[in-house]
Amino acid sequence: MLNYNTLVVLIGTAILGANAGLVGSFAVLRGRSLVGDALAHAALPGLCIAFLLAGERSLPLMLLGALASGLLGVSIISILSRQTRTRDDAAVGIVLSVFFAVGIVLSGLIQHMTTGGNKAGLDNYILGQAASMLASDCYLIAGVSLVSGILVLVLFKEFELVTFDASLAQSQGWPVLWIDLTMMGLVAVTVVVGLPAVGVVLMAALLIIPPAAARMWTRSLGRLIILAAVIGAASGVLGTLVSATSLRVPTGPSIVLVAASVFLVSMLAAPERGIVSRWIAQVRFRERLSERVRLTNIYDWLVGATHPGEVDEPFIPTEDIAQGVRDSLLEPIGHTQYRLTPLGRERIVRAAQESRLWDELVATHPIEAADILSSSSDAPLNVLSPDLLSELTRSLERSGRWPSADALPELGGTA
Amino acid sequence: MGGLSLETELMLKMMLVGAVTNTACALVGCYLVLRRMSLLGDAISHAVLPGIAVAFLFSGQLGGPSIVIGATAVGVLTAWLSQSVHQWGKVPEDAGLGVVFTTLFALGVVLLSTPAIRNVDLDPGCVFYGLLELIPLSMGPSWWPPAGITLALGLVIGMTTLLWKEFKLVSFDPGLATALGLNATLLHYVLMGLVAAVTVASFQAVGSVLVVAMLIVPAATAQYWSDSLIGMMIWSVVVALVSAVAGCWIAVETGTNAAGMMAVVAGVLFAGTVLLAPKYGLVPRWIRILRLRIQVAGEDLLTSLYRYDEGTPDAVFTARDAFGHAQAATDMLSAWIAFRGLIHRGLIRWQNGHLRLTRAGQDRARKVLRAHRLWEAYLQQNFDLPLDHLHDPAHKIEHFLGPDLVAQLEEGLSRPDHDPHGRRIPEQSNGD
Repeated sequence: MLNYNTLVVLIGTAILGANAGLVGSFAVLRGRSLVGDALAHAALPGLCIAFLLAGERSLPLMLLGALASGLLGVSIISILSRQTRTRDDAAVGIVLSVFFAVGIVLSGLIQHMTTGGNKAGLDNYILGQAASMLASDCYLIAGVSLVSGILVLVLFKEFELVTFDASLAQSQGWPVLWIDLTMMGLVAVTVVVGLPAVGVVLMAALLIIPPAAARMWTRSLGRLIILAAVIGAASGVLGTLVSATSLRVPTGPSIVLVAASVFLVSMLAAPERGIVSRWIAQVRFRERLSERVRLTNIYDWLVGATHPGEVDEPFIPTEDIAQGVRDSLLEPIGHTQYRLTPLGRERIVRAAQESRLWDELVATHPIEAADILSSSSDAPLNVLSPDLLSELTRSLERSGRWPSADALPELGGTA
Repeated sequence: MGGLSLETELMLKMMLVGAVTNTACALVGCYLVLRRMSLLGDAISHAVLPGIAVAFLFSGQLGGPSIVIGATAVGVLTAWLSQSVHQWGKVPEDAGLGVVFTTLFALGVVLLSTPAIRNVDLDPGCVFYGLLELIPLSMGPSWWPPAGITLALGLVIGMTTLLWKEFKLVSFDPGLATALGLNATLLHYVLMGLVAAVTVASFQAVGSVLVVAMLIVPAATAQYWSDSLIGMMIWSVVVALVSAVAGCWIAVETGTNAAGMMAVVAGVLFAGTVLLAPKYGLVPRWIRILRLRIQVAGEDLLTSLYRYDEGTPDAVFTARDAFGHAQAATDMLSAWIAFRGLIHRGLIRWQNGHLRLTRAGQDRARKVLRAHRLWEAYLQQNFDLPLDHLHDPAHKIEHFLGPDLVAQLEEGLSRPDHDPHGRRIPEQSNGD
């Protein structure tokens, strides 16, 4: 089953996928996801022109042509959005579609000039036909990826800085423009080299989807790019296998669909950032919250019972008492009377303290309170700094609102 | 129509279909460009492909009206999906869009490559550039464009007219629209539905990728020719029509792809507009800037000569110094052109190897200096600036103070005679 040709293709698409995931991460993190798409579309006329000039299918020459026109396209996008009335989103769309149109027209001309034999060649650049990948193509991909990998390794700190805080980098004197150009240059070269395998239109997907999937699993840049590379490589391999074994499914879309499945799974199942995890955390948070409210109610009621008239008598539903018994916080002493267990004492006081702290925080530091709410932690008070916590505690103690075990009666009350 | 040859008839029909397609796209595209949602249009046009493939599998044709109705659902779905991926997947918005539409597009390509479709005569490449050349053949003797695209155009014109005010407000100020009770979200999804409908209807003519050109390029071009929404729409339709007619004609003459050529023509029109449009084009802008620089350089030259005559301390001593002053604020080209202009218009002349001001030149220099020194006085009176900080701001602004403002300054400062440095403020001469 694994003959020489298939092996070549598998290795080629694996390396390509890895490289795309690697350099695509920087593009995605910098909000430039669709530049790869624009580059891929804008590369088409360059391919055709190079072919027309060379007179034959010379891969290195065509790829140089593709790179040149791709970079020209991106430069025009930049100039348009900076210097003219046209905004950046329209500029991308215009360059993408018009360059592509020029490419289509030129490829039509080529079809007329040559006797149909090479039409398949150019169509393949649009849809991708990795099955016709030669060993020499593979070497080219490997070479480019190696250079990319080395550059990313050597310039990792610079890339990291420029990606996350370009203005800081600028103020510290780093040549931000050159670093930016290098990053985007790597993207451009990767796009161009991937065209024969994946095709113009779907190259963008390889740049965006693996990093987006990897983002679900980690926050650290280093781990992200490695994971994106792995996902890219895996998509390449699996996609090629699917395409090779099934009838006539082009390679490009096949690889993209594999990558998209990985993204979907990541979006659902990733720990901490995945949908399922966040749902579970939310459920847990709500449970903690309702427990705290329940226990605080019991506290307030008990305190009210000892000092009548100080606190309004809250009503404790029977199910809360039942829950308290189940949790070993209360023990029944007779038909309708209950008593706090030592554990119950401790837990109820703690719950009441948390409630008071939270109320105090909202009253005195509303902004911090809002920040905590927007973080998805299910133990919000742990997020507070110790200084703030002690400040709130002291303020409560001074005004006599700090719950303590001393305020609780020895015995329980009547339900 | 009896006198037309078959060739001509086919070409005219092609132009007609192209015109209808482009017009529908251009009208919708105006909203996309204005709301900076061009990429969403790009995304939707790609994302409808699976829907098209499925509909083609069922109905065997690309131009049916039923597809257009179904397409609205796909458009809404795409917009919603990318929004959800952004919200739940916590990915940046453009990445979410990219994930959704590339995936859907890949799915569409896969569906179109299945044997069921491959057996029918459908070249998968047409996904990218359509089959405009073949449509006239399928129209037979009738001149009605395919039902799908006619319906789409009708739908676009209808919705645009019906919801003219609402779309306009939502495009320019969604916050106000919501505050006034309009459902901005609903209108947004209606617009996305329209984009999808137009995209799907145009698929047969121009394919999935070039439709982006027809959506965005005419509208982007029109932005340079008009500041109003209705003006922009009219101009975009003009561009759409020209691209259709010229594009089809050139394509037939050169034997190239019609949809591609239409998009290329549109691109050429756009490029020409960016360069040459009177108000917003680059070349007129450069010319305006150059004229301004020449004016500034000329006035600097005149005032430095005047100061020399006055014998003030910062005066120049030679023509070269005067020229240097003119060049200092601008550049060599502007200074040189200004210099030649001043001589030509008789504001300066050579005398014994020196540059001298003529009477007209003196009047002009006085005017500028008056503005300069009044401004200095104004600054000194109202701001706590040291004496040596007054010259530079006044020097920059002296060219731009109009006669009304100068009169106001004079009134406000109670007609001073001297500037803060003690120099005379020239009086207003006749004809200032």
